[in-house]
Amino acid sequence: MPTRNDMLLLTGFVAVVLAAPFLFEPIGAGYPDLLQKFAIFGIFAIGFNILFGLTGYLSFGHAAFLGVGSYTAVWTFKLLSMNPLPAIVLATLFGGLFAALIGFISLRRTGIYFSILTLAFAQMSYNLAYSVLTPITNGETGLQLSQGDPRVLDIAFGRDYGAVLPSSDLFGLEMTGYPGFYFCGAMLIVCFYIALRIFRSPFGMMLRAVKSNQNRMNYTGLNTRPYALTAFIISGMYAGLAGGLLAVTDPLAGAERMQWTASGEVVLMTILGGSGTLLGPVIGAAVIKYFENIFSAFNKSMLGDIFSFLPESLQSGAVSVASLFVGEGWHLTLGAMFVLIVIFLPGGLMEGIRRIGALARRKKPGGGASASTPAE
Amino acid sequence: MASILTVQNVNKRFGGLKALDNVNLEIEAGTVHAIIGPNGAGKSTLLNCFIGRLEPDTGTVIFDGVSLLGIKPHEINQVGVSRVFQTPEVFGNLTLRDNVMIPAFAKRDGSFRINAWKGVKRETDIEAKAMAMLENVGLARKADEIAGQLSRGDKRRLELAMCLVQEPKLLLLDEPTAGMARAETNTTIDLLKKIAETGITMVVIEHDMHVVFSLADRISVLAQGTVIAEDLPERIKGNPKVQEAYLGGAHL
Repeated sequence: MPTRNDMLLLTGFVAVVLAAPFLFEPIGAGYPDLLQKFAIFGIFAIGFNILFGLTGYLSFGHAAFLGVGSYTAVWTFKLLSMNPLPAIVLATLFGGLFAALIGFISLRRTGIYFSILTLAFAQMSYNLAYSVLTPITNGETGLQLSQGDPRVLDIAFGRDYGAVLPSSDLFGLEMTGYPGFYFCGAMLIVCFYIALRIFRSPFGMMLRAVKSNQNRMNYTGLNTRPYALTAFIISGMYAGLAGGLLAVTDPLAGAERMQWTASGEVVLMTILGGSGTLLGPVIGAAVIKYFENIFSAFNKSMLGDIFSFLPESLQSGAVSVASLFVGEGWHLTLGAMFVLIVIFLPGGLMEGIRRIGALARRKKPGGGASASTPAE
Repeated sequence: MASILTVQNVNKRFGGLKALDNVNLEIEAGTVHAIIGPNGAGKSTLLNCFIGRLEPDTGTVIFDGVSLLGIKPHEINQVGVSRVFQTPEVFGNLTLRDNVMIPAFAKRDGSFRINAWKGVKRETDIEAKAMAMLENVGLARKADEIAGQLSRGDKRRLELAMCLVQEPKLLLLDEPTAGMARAETNTTIDLLKKIAETGITMVVIEHDMHVVFSLADRISVLAQGTVIAEDLPERIKGNPKVQEAYLGGAHL
């Protein structure tokens, strides 16, 4: 059983996920399509953090596993069933298998060489998906459902979607809108719980030891390689699941999901939120996906409205400066935010939260800092 | 007494340099055996042959019936050899408690085990063992501090606790007091004496004669890659070969 604090953390997490549509309403994020993305990329980042946050191995190729998960899920829809459960189970499995293969080779090196190897493998997968693997990936068009798909399990259970293109459904409940979000949310909770158990376990302690001092670990009788490889495979499974869920909410898989920018994004999410912390990656994923959606939706006329209080001459200037940071230019906002956080909060947003917490405690008389002085 | 570590006819050549020249050693169980010698005598090369870093050109190193040659560091530890480094090697960003629990897990669970579901907090026997060992070396009240912030002497104590919690059959120490101030050296010697009294076998590689003569039951002197003398400490000082090796043959 987890400790009391962990139970509180878990309860709080479940409450936030369940109440997300209401909680995120005031900031304009209370709609299912965006909340789904929070959940899916939260899973992706939690998994990435098990590798990067605990063992310190910085992979630049995790989007490959996300892509493998998506392709696996769409193929499962085509061949077996539109039910999301087999799709995500197989996506998780294939993500893990692919990670075992790439991890086995890449983990022969550490540091920057490891990062370059993973990047190379991911770019290779991306390019293969566009070229020789076209029969599996359908190349640039992307892998899609079609009316002629066999769907053997659906047929066997007498489920016929007729002439329309089906969407994924969990025993009749369509995986779009809020049901889709709650399905992803449930997965997020399960993934968070598993990560919590790993973080608090002796296995998690060994992974932190890998990050801390591999030489000491070897001379302590521990074989570092299988520990790092297991962490790599687990994080690959998380990525596969996230890719599978992307396909569940929108049954389409394209190779651009495997591109290096997608691998870089999960690194940003984890560092922005706070690597090595439990909540950090989820917060980082939500913040980045929120900014991507909100800032990229801004356009010049909206900015004009915002700056309408200014005199005409200043208004056009303000609008043209601000427009650099929104719409297509939202990456500039993200970049600036990332630079500020890495400089002022190296531990990510979680460090910010912790500092605010410590400040609040110090203000209370008799609490926190003053009580921590030993009495001896 | 039975010998626990037997080194026979070990030779190691680096290009034209003969680093180890037919080295023979017998380490008796339950003793503190010091290996001394002037700079470049081959002490570190010899140690590296015990711990899987170097493979000798010829010869055998047998520990407790197992050859230590050609096996990996973690396997050497698992047969019962723990080592302390010249610069203390600890898990710098973990707490002292975690630092000692990790080797305790390695002893119980072997070199690799996925124990990912049971909380560390529920491993009460391992934690109790780690805390008892921290108590032994005088670091129990710092159990929740981060190991990287300790002083060099405290890191050495922690490293010893990490080795001892595994109840090794042999403890290798490479210059255990290197880089320490006199006071720190003395407290470390006291601790090592206390550890030696428990009957554990130790091999100490050391420059500092003060350390060697306060600890060792037996001393081997290495010079130019060969063992030139092996005797009790009080007799080593008067050995003419040893004097020659240390003073470069000049008669004073």
